Amino acid sequence: MAKVSFIEAIRQAQYEELERDKNVFLMGEDLVCNVFGTTTGFLEAFGPERIRDTPISEEGFVGAAAGASMVGMRPIVDLTIASFVYPAMDQVCSIIAKSRYIYGGQAKLPLVLRMCMFYGNANAAQHSDRPYPMFMGMPGLKIIVPSCPSDMKGLLKSAIRDDDPVLSFEDGTLWSQKDEIPDDKEYLVPLGVADVKRKGKDVTIVAIGGAVPLAIKAATIVEADGISVEVVDPRTLVPLDCETILESVRKTGRVITVDPAHEACSVASEISAMIAERAFSFLEAPILRVTTPNAHIPFCPSVEKNLFPTVDRIVTAIRSVSN
Amino acid sequence: MDIYYESYRRMRRIRIFEERAEECHANGEIPGSLHTSSGQEAEIVGACMALRPDDYMVGNHRSHGHPIGKNAEIKPLMAELFARKTGVCGGKGGSMHLSDFSVGSLGETSIVGSGMPVAVGAALGSKMAGNDRVTLCFFGDGASNAGAFHESLNLASIWSLPVIFLCENNAYAVSTPAAEAVSVANIADRGVAYSIPSEIVDGQDLEAVMEATERAANRARSGDGPTLIEAKTYRYAEHAVNMGRILVDRGEELEQWCSKDPLVLLRKKVIELGGSEKILIDIDVEVATEIEGAIEFARSSDFPEAATAFDDVFIGRVESFRDFSTFE
Repeated sequence: MAKVSFIEAIRQAQYEELERDKNVFLMGEDLVCNVFGTTTGFLEAFGPERIRDTPISEEGFVGAAAGASMVGMRPIVDLTIASFVYPAMDQVCSIIAKSRYIYGGQAKLPLVLRMCMFYGNANAAQHSDRPYPMFMGMPGLKIIVPSCPSDMKGLLKSAIRDDDPVLSFEDGTLWSQKDEIPDDKEYLVPLGVADVKRKGKDVTIVAIGGAVPLAIKAATIVEADGISVEVVDPRTLVPLDCETILESVRKTGRVITVDPAHEACSVASEISAMIAERAFSFLEAPILRVTTPNAHIPFCPSVEKNLFPTVDRIVTAIRSVSN
Repeated sequence: MDIYYESYRRMRRIRIFEERAEECHANGEIPGSLHTSSGQEAEIVGACMALRPDDYMVGNHRSHGHPIGKNAEIKPLMAELFARKTGVCGGKGGSMHLSDFSVGSLGETSIVGSGMPVAVGAALGSKMAGNDRVTLCFFGDGASNAGAFHESLNLASIWSLPVIFLCENNAYAVSTPAAEAVSVANIADRGVAYSIPSEIVDGQDLEAVMEATERAANRARSGDGPTLIEAKTYRYAEHAVNMGRILVDRGEELEQWCSKDPLVLLRKKVIELGGSEKILIDIDVEVATEIEGAIEFARSSDFPEAATAFDDVFIGRVESFRDFSTFE
């Protein structure tokens, strides 16, 4: 076991899979210069064909990843900031999500699109998006949103080995987190399996990505008041492990969903609706959502920081559902 | 002479396939919209005949002809138009996605221009895998105004990829004339901006297209990168058939193009070269029988079951969302 950071977990996952399968290659802007630290030593190890710097041409290279995957390659595309996927939306939604379907199963697109969500850092609205919920509404895309380095590594390795397209949303607020990861090149976290990050019996919090450590902190605070909180991390949004969430809800009867995305049509909303439909009779209080309101993210740090879910807001929600 | 007969056979298949599909659409047997390629047969077949069977191909919304050009089996194509489970896409794709991967197709995509980056990626895959397969990318005059065209040509050029960009300039993007929508006189003129050699060919002349595509394929296979070919051609039908009204009054233009009909031109050439009229007539009969057989096959095939709506969203069934059983 070694303690590694979130960024290092990404680097290791990519390195090991590049080493394992010669069809895996990495493509994106400014990879060779290692702009985020996820490609340290890659150029020396794998050469410029497989560590492929691209022009600023998202529609072109995301579509090229789709084409390459259809002929047997397994591209990982590093889009850096999540909102840089928007110029490539046609390729993501019309080609990557739909090709297997519209051609009746003739196509296979084993590719990974990696996107960092770089919010909370005074980068203003265009660089601060958490856009995973909109892709949940597009069938054909698997989605991972890891909340700790060990999940990041294990899920990304599974994503690279998966034969369907996978979107990896990497929460920038977690970058400096460290975690113990087994020294095993076959260490994998399967897609579609939620993880109970903290056991509890009174309240269930379903938290996404960077909200998971906040939920755990909030749970620790209310423990002093005698409230026992369970924190469930879905880890993958598609496939969504509904059963693990429902099992917790049936036990506690009180639910809060915490999601750094904007509230409307958020993952918090989807999971809340799913719980309301499937476990209504177990509920003892209304489901509460702690999300980001539907305003853009402003530049000014003191205004920005109040918009995202905070430990305080989660604590308030826990007390509210517990009454 | 055999290559002319085979080319004629495939061109004739496209023409009759389209004519009969239009009739079956008009009588309600084929649902949805139908974009036909009649008039464009020479450039389609000319380009496809210049390829090897294992070369890749990417099409667009007007792509019934492309798989036929690459010698796909006709029955599953027709059954797909009829939305049957025996269709090449199992009834999921229809007219705008009539893609047969078994002949090297990697999709026929109906968002104009969106197939071009896919073609670039397939060519990148061939280059990285170290094989010498080329990718033929069909697109139209309309697509050449989309960002995907420009990004694709740039990437293919800087990476020197084995891809042939074949522009089927059929003069209209739905109703908008190319002359009003394209900033240059010829689509081929856009090659220079990306350091890609380009040429213009008469799209009604099978041999001209075949030779240009062969030159491009040779360049691609020898590692010299992409080529842009502009085939000047014409579609006889409206953008999509039976749209209810005529979108563009094309005046005498249509008649002028019909006087250069690619099948008539090829027949003339075969006879001039000493070919057999009888063989051509035999091919006509053979193709007519084949297309009728395909229609019968389609008619007698079942529609896909309702639950197949949930197949091929992913590889294998992913159960996280409600499936058909919970919608009933």
